[in-house]
Amino acid sequence: MSEMSENGNMVRELLRLTAVGSVDDGKSTIIGRLMYDTESVLEERISKISITSDEHGGEVMKLSLLSDGLQAERNKGITIDVAYRYFATPKRKFIITDTPGHFQYTGNMISGASTANVALILIDARKGVVEQTKRHTLIASLLKIPHLVVCVNKMDLVDYREDIFELIKTNFNNFSAKLEVPDVHFVPVCALNGDNIVRSSSKMPWHTSGSLIELLETIQINNDENLTDGRFPIQCVICGRNDSSGVCKGYAGRIAGGVFRPGDHVVVLPDRVPAMIKSIDTFDGALEEAFAPMSVTIRIDKDIEVKRGDMIVMADNIPEVSHDFDIMLCWFDDKKLSPETNYIIKHTTRETTCIIKEIKYKIDINTLQKVGGATEIVLNDIARVTVSTALPLFYDIYKNNRITGSVILIDETTNETVGAGMIL
Amino acid sequence: MQYSFDHIKYLESETIYIIREVAAQFGHPVLLFSGGKDSIVMSHIARKAFWPAPIPFSLLHIDTGHNFPEAIDFCAKLTEKLGMQMITAYVQETIDKGRVVEETGYYASRNALQKVTLLDAIDKYKIDAAMAGARRDEEKSRSKEHIFSLRDEHGQWDPKNQRPEIWNIFNCRKKPTEHFRVFPMSNWTEMDIWNYILQENIEIPSLYFSHNRDCFIRDGVIYAYSDFIKLKTGEKVQNLHVRFRTIGDMTCTGAILSTAKTVNEIIKEVGATHNAERRSRIDDQRSDNSLEDRKKEGYF
Repeated sequence: MSEMSENGNMVRELLRLTAVGSVDDGKSTIIGRLMYDTESVLEERISKISITSDEHGGEVMKLSLLSDGLQAERNKGITIDVAYRYFATPKRKFIITDTPGHFQYTGNMISGASTANVALILIDARKGVVEQTKRHTLIASLLKIPHLVVCVNKMDLVDYREDIFELIKTNFNNFSAKLEVPDVHFVPVCALNGDNIVRSSSKMPWHTSGSLIELLETIQINNDENLTDGRFPIQCVICGRNDSSGVCKGYAGRIAGGVFRPGDHVVVLPDRVPAMIKSIDTFDGALEEAFAPMSVTIRIDKDIEVKRGDMIVMADNIPEVSHDFDIMLCWFDDKKLSPETNYIIKHTTRETTCIIKEIKYKIDINTLQKVGGATEIVLNDIARVTVSTALPLFYDIYKNNRITGSVILIDETTNETVGAGMIL
Repeated sequence: MQYSFDHIKYLESETIYIIREVAAQFGHPVLLFSGGKDSIVMSHIARKAFWPAPIPFSLLHIDTGHNFPEAIDFCAKLTEKLGMQMITAYVQETIDKGRVVEETGYYASRNALQKVTLLDAIDKYKIDAAMAGARRDEEKSRSKEHIFSLRDEHGQWDPKNQRPEIWNIFNCRKKPTEHFRVFPMSNWTEMDIWNYILQENIEIPSLYFSHNRDCFIRDGVIYAYSDFIKLKTGEKVQNLHVRFRTIGDMTCTGAILSTAKTVNEIIKEVGATHNAERRSRIDDQRSDNSLEDRKKEGYF
């Protein structure tokens, strides 16, 4: 919702968007078009782009060059790493991650998608649903991105035909029915010419549900945060001197779920110490209530030993506390997963070590079938595995909370992030 | 009640979270402080992150010797107000030691030399994480920068080999010779910064507001006239109504003609102009890839 704040400035809602697609689906062009048509591109960038495009032999201004940022990418005309772009309309501010469609950069795609409210899936109208589309949709579904917008691009090359759009829609729905995809929208577009991106296209009068930007401005996102299960992972302990009450100890963190109020009965994990919230403090004053994703400092009525990695939760709603659980693991290291090796596992503000005890099955990304009997996990595999951790973790299943339900794995010897896991 | 959050509050909360992660995961972090609006806003947010405790790290200032006097005065005042320690590393010392050679000619600037001074300071003070106020909307290679950016002992950035940053779980592990550059305000835009300055009533150096100044024009850029710049024949000093959109060295920061005297007027001006903020930074204009090249070598 947009409204004028007291000082007359526009207060907008923030929407995080991730764009995924195969090579040449026109993803970077769509992003360039969204920025250009919402007047979020700066003049200087455009004049530079016009010059750069000519060197690449293109006659039209290549909007994709607005979003490809690195030398290697501009030279090859591909996206390697996640690029973050910003644009705004009077209703919302958008952060868009442009993620690589290439198979070998799955890790980067997951990075861009992990915090998104909306995934923009690009399909080339001439090619329809291809293997990459399935892979990207599967990942969007595993990462529980709440909304999918399927953009059927390059409609100009199929003469803006409704039957082709409808066929792609049917094929996509047949495929995605096997996945948990809560909210799907379809838009036929031609990014190059701007049809149905910001302006509704006169060439596709049969499409009556509006342009891409109208959709992005109206998708309901205020239910995307978990406001049910009170979860407060502690980042650090703050000992400060307060003007009124002398020395005071507080726990600093960002609320990962639910709503907290002074007087609430809580439990501090892992020791399960019951306590009451004395106050919720911020630099700008104490709060009557605080909710995800606010950064606050919580004070409790007991002086107990609490440290980074502990978690304050509501007394009547405690997460799972366990050493052993299953995750859906995405592996993105060149080295295959080693079953006897200790990996560092990070979960909220907590860090410990773990081993992978068992590989339950892998997912075949084309058929979405579970494939049993797997003995190893290699680059870009997605598999259900059982993890055993040295210290217990306090978690929710990923489906219920993307923050308390996610982990990353780190190789102890190289320090590289080698995997991402969604707790099942 | 609807539990919704406007985007400025969201960005502030995210930045507080990142700054706290840095304080919790590193032994010797610093906040790089230039005296520009982004580093001022970041120190303001750092204060919120740990309040009522003091900010648990120092400020690091790289002094090129070519600063605007207004920026230096402001730095000193703010450090005192925040009760923080400020480490200053001088480019002049790096030059005196023979580690770098001063540029000469009409376009001589110490901007590129700073990176050596910075790396020396990182080494000397055993800094393992240096936070900076850079934003991804500033420049195209910055749009690829991760929030936690791992640098080798030469401070080099390898854009093709960055760790995936998934959810908000940051992998801060490193070898002893490596360090991190951290950008807690990556997701802010210039407009967000100005709206925040307005909303929070944050004091900023007078350079950002329209004032009368002795200037000269070279290659279409308005420069502040100072002892650090040699005038070419034909270039003449004139007194203009100007302000600065970014604050770097006097040798490479261009001014814009402006009558904006308040933050509100600046916001109106920024909203209307659509000129990239770094356009007035001559150091970025040397080639299409200039900022990326300098970043790979250890610049911010």
